[in-house]
Amino acid sequence: MKAVPFVAVILVMLIAGPPFLASYWVGLLTQMLIFALLAMSLDVLLGYTGLPSLGHAGFFGVAAYAVAVLSTTYHAGFWTCVMSGILIGTLLSTLLGLLVSHVRDVYFLMITLASGMVLWGLSYRWIPVTGGDNGISGIPRLDAHAGLPFAGPVAFYYVTLLVFVVSASLLALLVSSPFGFTLRGIRENELRMKSLGFNTWLHCWVSYIIAGAFASVSGVVWAYYNGFVSPTYLDLTASSELFLMVTLGGPGTLVGPVIGAGAIVLLKNVISAYTQRWPLILGTFYIITMFGAPQGLWNLGRRRRASS
Amino acid sequence: METSSACLVLEGVSRHFGGLKAVDNVNLTLQPGERHALIGPNGAGKTTLFNVISGELRADAGTITLNGADVTRLAAHQRAARGIARTFQITKLFPNLTVIENMLVACEALDRRRFTMHRPLSSCADLVERATNLLDEYRLSPFRRELARNLSYGDQRKLEVALSMAGRPRVLLLDEPMAGLSSGERDVMQALLRQLDPSIAVLLIEHDIDVAFGFAERITVLYQGRVLTEGPKEMVSANRSVQESYLGLLVE
Repeated sequence: MKAVPFVAVILVMLIAGPPFLASYWVGLLTQMLIFALLAMSLDVLLGYTGLPSLGHAGFFGVAAYAVAVLSTTYHAGFWTCVMSGILIGTLLSTLLGLLVSHVRDVYFLMITLASGMVLWGLSYRWIPVTGGDNGISGIPRLDAHAGLPFAGPVAFYYVTLLVFVVSASLLALLVSSPFGFTLRGIRENELRMKSLGFNTWLHCWVSYIIAGAFASVSGVVWAYYNGFVSPTYLDLTASSELFLMVTLGGPGTLVGPVIGAGAIVLLKNVISAYTQRWPLILGTFYIITMFGAPQGLWNLGRRRRASS
Repeated sequence: METSSACLVLEGVSRHFGGLKAVDNVNLTLQPGERHALIGPNGAGKTTLFNVISGELRADAGTITLNGADVTRLAAHQRAARGIARTFQITKLFPNLTVIENMLVACEALDRRRFTMHRPLSSCADLVERATNLLDEYRLSPFRRELARNLSYGDQRKLEVALSMAGRPRVLLLDEPMAGLSSGERDVMQALLRQLDPSIAVLLIEHDIDVAFGFAERITVLYQGRVLTEGPKEMVSANRSVQESYLGLLVE
């Protein structure tokens, strides 16, 4: 509940700020929101259920590819693309979830990593559909495709903000719900959960499906934002960067991943303008954070506030 | 012994790890409301037997009957749904949840709303009420907003028992609830155990013979995985082989 004033202030800034910003910064904010949603969806698994997934960018990428393929090769309409993107990503997480929700810890990590690699391999090698290394360009602009009366980066930003706020609200409700607390219980002590009467793998499966669904939503928005998809968006680097966003910001909270995603997107873009060695600086930043705030930036702030 | 009314019946239950027969051909019957203690030296197989009864481990042989239904092949969560609850020798709480959240999770375990996603858990008034009442009962109310990991060890052991009672079990397995407690805390725990619902059957693992004999009317002595003797406590305490193999060892 301590998060409420903080979230309110940030939200007001997010709503009121962009018309006064240069379009570069509006674009950067849009990216932050998309990745913040993606990081929150991973946090349902990583922070709330305690399942460390290293293949989460796969759902993001598959949804983005679905939009790209349908809108370019098949000239499908806006809602067909959006719904298919979300549906295909969710269906994939449902099937993969059946497999992975029976394993834990490092085995979960390895099997999700492997599944992410398979998806990346598909995008890279299934050239007739995905275009291979070249990716797919020419995804129609959102305003044209959806028939919106307004265009431009600020308009796109507000659409993204709407999707983000709705998704974040749903996720906030989820994690405070009876089901959400069963996920925390599994994270804290799965054996105890079983002996209390919870069929824990079923809860893990549902958690995996939900995480995949929200990742797909962010993938769909990304496809329209970027206008282009390529294998780099679902490779291991993308998944581990996502993992870093969550652990950096504060797993087991919803604000944490948003902070983490914001920080990493910002650093990546700002530092890469000055030096090619930006991963070095990002890595240093990450190591310092892990020493100074092992529970993530947001939890550091919370502990400070609690003790003062 | 009459088994038709029994709530838990073990017949020829065995479990081995490789060549080690941790639990070997154990027969045990619990009547509703019975207070039964399971004693035996370290390594006798007491906790393994608990794990086999609660379903964390499968029995290699024998059958386990709960309220007339065969549960031998059921998973732990299915047995819990049929009325078995347990505590653990090594405390198993939800350390980073608050005390009231620990209790709420336990209370929703056998409730259909455990899959509800569209409203906060804190808005389920009857679950909150039940959790609050249990905390009152176990004298944990002052700590309801504390994280479970910040509780004293004695309070953690109380919460351990309180969690297991949330699902209104018919059979309760208590694995050394007094272990590691100070003498003051032991008195509190013993008082709590005496106040347990008299209609449920309780099986207690306890190393302290005085506690075991003070709590239970029937005793089972386990030794190297086998039942050495079983019966009313007067009979067991008079049994010479028990005195030699177990009671005697402790007296020394």
